[in-house]
Amino acid sequence: MSFRGCVSQNVFGLILEKMAYRSLALLIFKRLASGAVTLFIVSVLIFVGTEILPGDVAQAVLGQQATPKAVQAIRDELGLDRPAVVRYVEWLVNFAQGDLGRSLTNEREVAELIGLRLGKTLFLATVAAIIAIPLSVGLGLLAALYEGRLADKGISSLTLVFVSLPDFLLGYLLLLAGAVYLGWFPVLSRLSETMSFGEQLRVVALPCLTLALVVSAHTMRLTRAAVLSVMNQPYIEMARLKGATRRRIVFYHALPNALSPILNIVMLTLAFLIVGVVVVEVVFNYAGMGQLMIDAVSKRDMPLVQACGLIFASIYVMLNLSADILSLITNPRRRRPK
Amino acid sequence: MTALRVIAPQVIGFLREMDKGARTGFFLVGGFLLAVFFGPFIVPYSEVEIVGRAFEPSSAAHWLGTDSVGRDLLARILAGGQTTVVISFIATCGAFALGVPLGITAAVLGGWFDLIVTRIVDAVMAFPGLILALVLLSALGTSLFSLLIVMSVLSSTVVFRLTRAVAADVVAMDYIEVARLRGEKMRWFLFREVLPNVMPTLLTEFGLRFVYAAILISSLSFLGIGVQPPNADLGGMVKENSLAVAFGHLSPIMPALALAILAIGINLIVDGLLKRNADLDLHK
Repeated sequence: MSFRGCVSQNVFGLILEKMAYRSLALLIFKRLASGAVTLFIVSVLIFVGTEILPGDVAQAVLGQQATPKAVQAIRDELGLDRPAVVRYVEWLVNFAQGDLGRSLTNEREVAELIGLRLGKTLFLATVAAIIAIPLSVGLGLLAALYEGRLADKGISSLTLVFVSLPDFLLGYLLLLAGAVYLGWFPVLSRLSETMSFGEQLRVVALPCLTLALVVSAHTMRLTRAAVLSVMNQPYIEMARLKGATRRRIVFYHALPNALSPILNIVMLTLAFLIVGVVVVEVVFNYAGMGQLMIDAVSKRDMPLVQACGLIFASIYVMLNLSADILSLITNPRRRRPK
Repeated sequence: MTALRVIAPQVIGFLREMDKGARTGFFLVGGFLLAVFFGPFIVPYSEVEIVGRAFEPSSAAHWLGTDSVGRDLLARILAGGQTTVVISFIATCGAFALGVPLGITAAVLGGWFDLIVTRIVDAVMAFPGLILALVLLSALGTSLFSLLIVMSVLSSTVVFRLTRAVAADVVAMDYIEVARLRGEKMRWFLFREVLPNVMPTLLTEFGLRFVYAAILISSLSFLGIGVQPPNADLGGMVKENSLAVAFGHLSPIMPALALAILAIGINLIVDGLLKRNADLDLHK
């Protein structure tokens, strides 16, 4: 034990060191706290980001043919006469209470608009994740286990191509193949309440497949790298030298150690999905959060942009945070203070 | 001519050293650049004139057919490709102009400067890039200038991180200590000691950042928030023609395919360079 020598000198140091080493709860709490700080900074960034325009929001929304009266009306509506800090705190407090303000363009509650769309986007992302995660982790494992052989080379060059493809190209290619030439799926992905679950799946099949392929390429590369870095460790070499079977090496020696990075990667996949969803929704005319945000941005509907931005960013931050915490739980070595 | 005589053997030598993938990439990128910068002089149509009906199929007169208002699609793609390349190049240069000096300074100085800049960069990186771009552009508007600023700032975070990490390794070297003892000034440190030693890593990163910028600007234009009509880059052209896909016309696919060729080419070159650098390290 490296810290035995310091017992006589500093008992407190020892206790602190032991606490840091052992207490998983404390570490998780620390991560949660830093996650909360990140969320706070993100919210400030969004608020400041929408404030840095020349002039003010009211002027920008109405454009050049704005009458002074109309500009004043929007200023009153948003309370632009008060200092930014006050408005930020109000915005955040209201947001936490579920009051997201009112849309500037159609006077409806932002919370109501988002409520209609968020579920649809989550549905899309969930189905995509169910396709993407087994696909990418499986292929990544395969490529890593057969490193340098035909399967690996094939999979690796395919992912290089997929990483380089813009999301909308993949979307239109699938649309062309699946909906126009084969006619298996509808061209427009419109969900309606009356559809059965099976029909709904058919409607979202193409966008989900697009999303899954978009993120799979990234995750596959990451999985391959993670497993390879474990497979090149000396203890794997040792296991091979003492004559362990390939299956035993992979499942008994390598997989438990690769589990933490892989779990991490799965969470990152989900985070990638959140970004990919915006473009894919526009390609397939799918009425989700992504389209809502794009509409809001092009109409400069600030309350709606802020709300969408904060929701997307919060989901993203929380997924990254849970990736971090999961890897702490599954990998004891990461709990040791550096 | 003399310039060509100097450059040609270097290019050939470079190609010999590379693997098959990187060579393919080199020809893809080279072909793309030649086409978008010299092609418009050869193609008999301009990218703005209406030369036929909307969505004509490909023919001898219009190799790729015509677009949503009857303009020659090939001429459009060449001009749009040029726009995409130029915007991405400027944005990437901006990202490096911002990220590299900050990164090296943070590594050399350390202390509170390092801490503050790193924290800010981490906060920006905690954001999904496209979402932050959308939020910022909704406020700044979609002028070319604000597009370039937003793209540069977003991309500079990665450049900063990388430069800082590589420069921190360099700063720990003995020759830096010697320069310090010699009493050199800050500028000397940044440009004479550290910069040349982080250059190779930064060059490969430039390729990756360029691809990121090209796909980002195309995605933004595709979403209607990037380059505004009547100008168009490759992503904007996909948007213009997007309706045609429902009846099987390829006009929205073609510009996207052109972008993909550029991106795949650059990624292949970068992959080859990284592999070669890794091999060199092993031989040491």
